[in-house]
Amino acid sequence: MTIIVHKPGLLTTVQDMGRYRYQRYGVVVAGAMDPFAYACANILTGNEPSAAALEITMVGPKLWFAQDALVAICGADMSPAIQGERVPLWRPVLVRAKSLLEFASAREGARAYLAINGGLIVEQRMGSSSTYLRAGIGGYAGRALIEGDELVWGRSTAAGAAIRRSLLQEVEDSPHGGGAADRPFIAARWSISSRALPHYSKHPQVRFLPGPHYGMFREDSLGDLRQGSYVVGPQSDRMGYRLEGKRLMLRERRELYSEPVTAGTVQVPPDGMPIVLMADRQTTGGYPVIAQVISVDLPLLAQTPPGGRLSFRQVDIREAQRLLLAERRDLAAIRAGVRMRVQSAPWTFGGCWHERA
Amino acid sequence: MIGYPLVGRRCRGMDSARNQANCRELLQDEWCTAARGMRYNGRKVRRGSLVQHAWIEPLGDRAVMVRLGERPDETFQRIVTLIAYLDDHPLPGQVEVVPGYTSVAIYYDPAEIEPLIETADRLAPVEFPCPYDYVRDRLLDILRTLDARDAPPAREVEIPVCYGGDCGPDLEDVARLNDLTAQEVVEIHSSASYVVHMIGFAPGFPYLGGMDPRIAAPRRDAPRPSVPAGSVGIAGVQTGVYPIETPGGWNVIGRTPLKLFQPERDPPSLLRAGDIVRFRPISKEAYARWEGQA
Repeated sequence: MTIIVHKPGLLTTVQDMGRYRYQRYGVVVAGAMDPFAYACANILTGNEPSAAALEITMVGPKLWFAQDALVAICGADMSPAIQGERVPLWRPVLVRAKSLLEFASAREGARAYLAINGGLIVEQRMGSSSTYLRAGIGGYAGRALIEGDELVWGRSTAAGAAIRRSLLQEVEDSPHGGGAADRPFIAARWSISSRALPHYSKHPQVRFLPGPHYGMFREDSLGDLRQGSYVVGPQSDRMGYRLEGKRLMLRERRELYSEPVTAGTVQVPPDGMPIVLMADRQTTGGYPVIAQVISVDLPLLAQTPPGGRLSFRQVDIREAQRLLLAERRDLAAIRAGVRMRVQSAPWTFGGCWHERA
Repeated sequence: MIGYPLVGRRCRGMDSARNQANCRELLQDEWCTAARGMRYNGRKVRRGSLVQHAWIEPLGDRAVMVRLGERPDETFQRIVTLIAYLDDHPLPGQVEVVPGYTSVAIYYDPAEIEPLIETADRLAPVEFPCPYDYVRDRLLDILRTLDARDAPPAREVEIPVCYGGDCGPDLEDVARLNDLTAQEVVEIHSSASYVVHMIGFAPGFPYLGGMDPRIAAPRRDAPRPSVPAGSVGIAGVQTGVYPIETPGGWNVIGRTPLKLFQPERDPPSLLRAGDIVRFRPISKEAYARWEGQA
């Protein structure tokens, strides 16, 4: 149960939900930049939502599958294909043994997630499989994938086996008739509804809560944040998004004591250019915090490539948490939907395979 | 009954800023009550409880920040007290607790809290049961019962340091800047005891308080591309130890053979917030022996 990395892509790493409980020791959380797409990919392959998967950045890898594998690709569209045939996103796909899955550059979004039923098996560090690149901890040997790496996935789950059976059944029952054996892959004829998916854009609007030091900024700077737009700088990475736009100025300069920061924290160094902290952020920071991007909009940020333009809209904690809980319910509903879909034999739906999402 | 209905109800439905202002008002109100040693809301409030220094606000939608004062020297014991309590008695949905210099962040999972609020608020329905409100109220309850004088005793950690030479290439510079001899710098640095305010910047990196300003030295103009793990440095009036090899601009005055960060251990960090640290000078030979044993 092995994948051989023929080409690694720009930055392909093993990630999970992140490494919590060790921030007090200065250990960064890391984990998937777009937790929603990552969780969807796991759910679609019958994994627990927190199984280790690949995060693929901007330019994708070429991966050789030695055995049959049930996979799902969610997030950015990097035109994944096997033998020149496009592999659709946001649905389970049974990749046949000895197939080469090739990704190109991102056409939409910036990060894709490849989950495999059984989850990727890497040595856990501090309870997590995530790669913490700067310290070389976790994931695959503490680093991004390189050519020749061999990834191993775990034993099939019961849910994965059910999905796999239903994919094979779909092909057999298809009006175009069997032949499942000689196809390089079998994609489900259903996918997560586009209504449930975030709309990736190069000009997303992200919502924020006022940060702890919001009131220390000048009134015109607060106006610039709320009404203006900021370009994602070329040095943006998993640690943080460096934004370029109108300078955000304090009323008066003040030295602050370092305090905990989190994903979405918008800190403003003395040059006035905000930085949105992302998955690989340090655990604490000493710059004033003007805003905090809400959790449900972090996927939008993660999928905005450098050069994208952000605008901001203020919400309150009540709204932010309402949205967060609604997103959790969506994920639970997707999970339940997948289970229902594969447990019922397709013929009981009366030709449900004709619907394509 | 759960929590602190006065704050809870009054705050609901208000915007965040007013919400905060309101909380502080109520806290001060309560502080007066507490100072007189009265019962508040049917509950005895401890004289000198942490609640009178506390300022609670959201840190995004999955964490809450508790500020416990303005200066690290006054907040140190309060932070240690709160963390020790929350480690032993985690809040519902608590993920982890992270100290800063004057604050503590508590990460939580709102989804785990949501069902709890629905039960608690059945008699007083609100349009949306906000997990943050729930966590804040729980924290106020806890802070009311805590007193910094009950802080658990600090662990003392001795860190052997080989000062100067190859281990501390900047020792002479620090001495020259302060009109001292290298030996005097070593004596001053190793005679003080330091408190670990927090770990941050890099895994296992301690922010230490208590350095003598007589050996202060500004950061180096050109940071070194690589400072070895274990290097003991001075930057401004701060001193610290590099747990992993990293670029750095601190003046390196010595090196310890101890490993401050070992990812395969649990906990991975030698130090934690609240510890007391002392540096003990060791010879080059002792350093080499120590390394050899490891």
